[in-house]
Amino acid sequence: MASFTLKINGKDHTVDADLAMPLLWAIRDLVGLTGTKYGCGIAQCGACTVHLNGNPIRSCSMPVKAAAGKDITTIEGLSENNSHPVQRAWIKEQVPQCGYCQSGQIMAAAALLKRTPHPTDKDIDSAMAGHICRCGTYVRIRKAIKTAATLV
Amino acid sequence: MTGAALTLGFYFPADGKEIEILKSESAENLGIELNAWITIDPSGKVILTNHRAEMGQGSFQSVPQIIAEELEVNLDQVSIVFASGNREKYGSQVTGGSSTVRSTYKMLLRVSASAREMLIETAANKWSVSKSECYAENGFVIHKPSGKKFNYGELVADASKLSPPKNVELKNPKDYKIIRKPLPRQDTPLKVNGSATFGIDKKLPGMMYAVVERNPRFEGKVKSFDDSEAKKIPGVKYVFKTNRKVFEHLYEGVAVVADNLWAAMQGRKVLKVDWDDSGFDHHSTEQLYEKMKDQLQKGNLISYKTQGNFADAFQKSEKKLEATYETPYESHSCMEPLNCIADVKEDSCEIWGPIQGPDWIQGDIAGTLKLDPKKVKVNMTFLGGGFGRKAFTDYPHEAVMISKEIKAPVQVVWTREDDMTLGPFRPGMIYQCKGGVGKGGRIAAFETRMAGQNMDVQNPGADRSTYNSDVVEGFLEPYFKSIPHFTFGDTPLESPIPVMWWRSVYSSTNGFAFESFIDEMAIAAGKDPLDFRRQHLNNQRYQDLISKLEEVSGWKKRNKNEGFGVAITECFSSIVGEVVKVSKNTEGKVKLDKVWAVMDCGWYVNPDIIAAQVEGSIVMALGAATKHATHFADGKAVEKNFDAYKMPRIADIPEIEVHVMDNEEKAGGVGEPGLPPFTPALTNAIFDLTGKRIRVLPFNLDEV
Repeated sequence: MASFTLKINGKDHTVDADLAMPLLWAIRDLVGLTGTKYGCGIAQCGACTVHLNGNPIRSCSMPVKAAAGKDITTIEGLSENNSHPVQRAWIKEQVPQCGYCQSGQIMAAAALLKRTPHPTDKDIDSAMAGHICRCGTYVRIRKAIKTAATLV
Repeated sequence: MTGAALTLGFYFPADGKEIEILKSESAENLGIELNAWITIDPSGKVILTNHRAEMGQGSFQSVPQIIAEELEVNLDQVSIVFASGNREKYGSQVTGGSSTVRSTYKMLLRVSASAREMLIETAANKWSVSKSECYAENGFVIHKPSGKKFNYGELVADASKLSPPKNVELKNPKDYKIIRKPLPRQDTPLKVNGSATFGIDKKLPGMMYAVVERNPRFEGKVKSFDDSEAKKIPGVKYVFKTNRKVFEHLYEGVAVVADNLWAAMQGRKVLKVDWDDSGFDHHSTEQLYEKMKDQLQKGNLISYKTQGNFADAFQKSEKKLEATYETPYESHSCMEPLNCIADVKEDSCEIWGPIQGPDWIQGDIAGTLKLDPKKVKVNMTFLGGGFGRKAFTDYPHEAVMISKEIKAPVQVVWTREDDMTLGPFRPGMIYQCKGGVGKGGRIAAFETRMAGQNMDVQNPGADRSTYNSDVVEGFLEPYFKSIPHFTFGDTPLESPIPVMWWRSVYSSTNGFAFESFIDEMAIAAGKDPLDFRRQHLNNQRYQDLISKLEEVSGWKKRNKNEGFGVAITECFSSIVGEVVKVSKNTEGKVKLDKVWAVMDCGWYVNPDIIAAQVEGSIVMALGAATKHATHFADGKAVEKNFDAYKMPRIADIPEIEVHVMDNEEKAGGVGEPGLPPFTPALTNAIFDLTGKRIRVLPFNLDEV
């Protein structure tokens, strides 16, 4: 066990965690932000995606230690009021069904648009390839990313 | 404000006849309950109850959207809450069989219109005017001549004391203002910012966390376990033997309970369990399919449905066809792994979780704990997928056993590996089809012999000697009239592997066999596959659907280098036809270009939700057809996580275009019926393009 300071959505949180604990569980169970989801635990599904210094990472497979002191953004930190272009586009295109994977999908899409404001289909395929949606909302995810690009 | 209020509910038994249940019950703390679905607070705020599970299919929108229409409220002004399990009050809440709208819409329309009439009557009484001079709109009752108005909050206390009217007039669908509109879902804003509470997100004060090492061969017993290392993990509090009820078995496991989930998971990693796996079969996939083939070979089928004389007609047919189709075992693999919170007390129990059937869980747990069902409260959270798996009672049962042992609230979380390997699974199936084409290229004889585990006979005391009536699930009704000689039978496979409903259930595999074989017969008859179906489906509804499918897909205008395939199935009272277009990419590999789907679900609520459900059904079918399958080796599931159980990803998805038929037929299901026709439409399209007939699933698109 060790004490870490996690800077999540601009706020510092001090947590006592097992050294091997993945960032995901620190965010969910120690800090109490449950928008970031557990899906597979082995970086295969993308449900746990958060931004670390602006880059999308799989929080299920990153030890909390490696994230200490860095800027972490979770779905809760994307906007105060669903105003982020990706959130607005997700609402406009009615993307979510069960919604469980969507935090990760949205964080990946937000990171993509920051890097590539006008992504091609190929850009979308590669940025979103690590994300599984069992409800099969992929058609709308693609459409919403394109919509979001017009809202940025 | 609370108050005793009249609760109005209806129970719909299977025969469709309604029984009205009227009873007095205290309202929730949210306002005054006008009936089981409608609560209004004195300020006029309307709270609508969704009595069904929300697992992505849209009940959180469609149930309120139905109510709002006849209640005359705007959906933007209402709050929506989930009901807890209460069959007496809401009727069945088991959210399966695509039943939410189709089995409750008439009742919801009547209940909502009744509530509106009670509010209008109250206002008319207050003004001492005739009811006929008043109307309801947007949460107000308005006196037409004077323009005076009351909001519903000013009326609800008195209205709740009235008797509901015996007869209410329902709107003509052409006058709908809310139903039939593609209104945005009320749960979407919660699902784009992480605020929707799924089962795994729910926390209670003092709650412990548990994971369970369960027997990977399902029926094995705990011989002994060594928890010495597990107990050294900081945070681990208890390790003990537990169980969960799966049909007639108590499956065993060892629970590791800790004050946080990570600690429980770490403890489990160093737990050592010695299993007794004797006394039952340890099947492999090869053995399972060999057994099915052997049983089909021996021919001792249980016949469900026959007409005419199949054997004779087949013999006399001009063209005789035989084909065997195989479909794999599958895992549900909801994105939210199974989890459940139980808080068992001396004389009561409360449950929170992603649960498809809260009333069913309530009854089951009341039985287990020997409690009055009223003392068991089952709360539904949002479900991160369901697909049939979360309709089952085992994981709440296990959470109850663990909470009872530790005398504290506990959340039991299944890891992805647990969720994927422990079932119940969709059963693997083999279908032997035989058919004869006779004069005029018509089907003269049709036979299906199905082998596979029967999902319906796993319960204690089930009659295993009976036929499986689901052998015809997915088959189009008019075929039974147009095919003079047919026979459908099955031979059930016995295995310790637990099996269970998987989105669209038997149709998900039957449809592949039926619609592939119909296609093979069309080709044998020298007919266009769409025309062949048209020729055999002599019913206006099906004819209209075929015409629509032909029109939207450009079926007759297709190019030479394109493969087109069609399939039509019916499932949970809806008919869906899909056309798939394939071509070859620059490397010569088959490329899935586009899917056109036409859904005829009769009376419907929200066309955008229907489109979303069909899109999702197609993607799920694509996965089961071309990406994943669960295999077994030495009695254990092989695929444990998404690295082995490959899912469709965004780049695999074709363009999907969904059309909804407009008619006044009874409402059919929406969440599942889009799934069965996709796979046969795809393989029929591949045949059209390449001449290769795919009869075994899953197959690799790149290797066709």
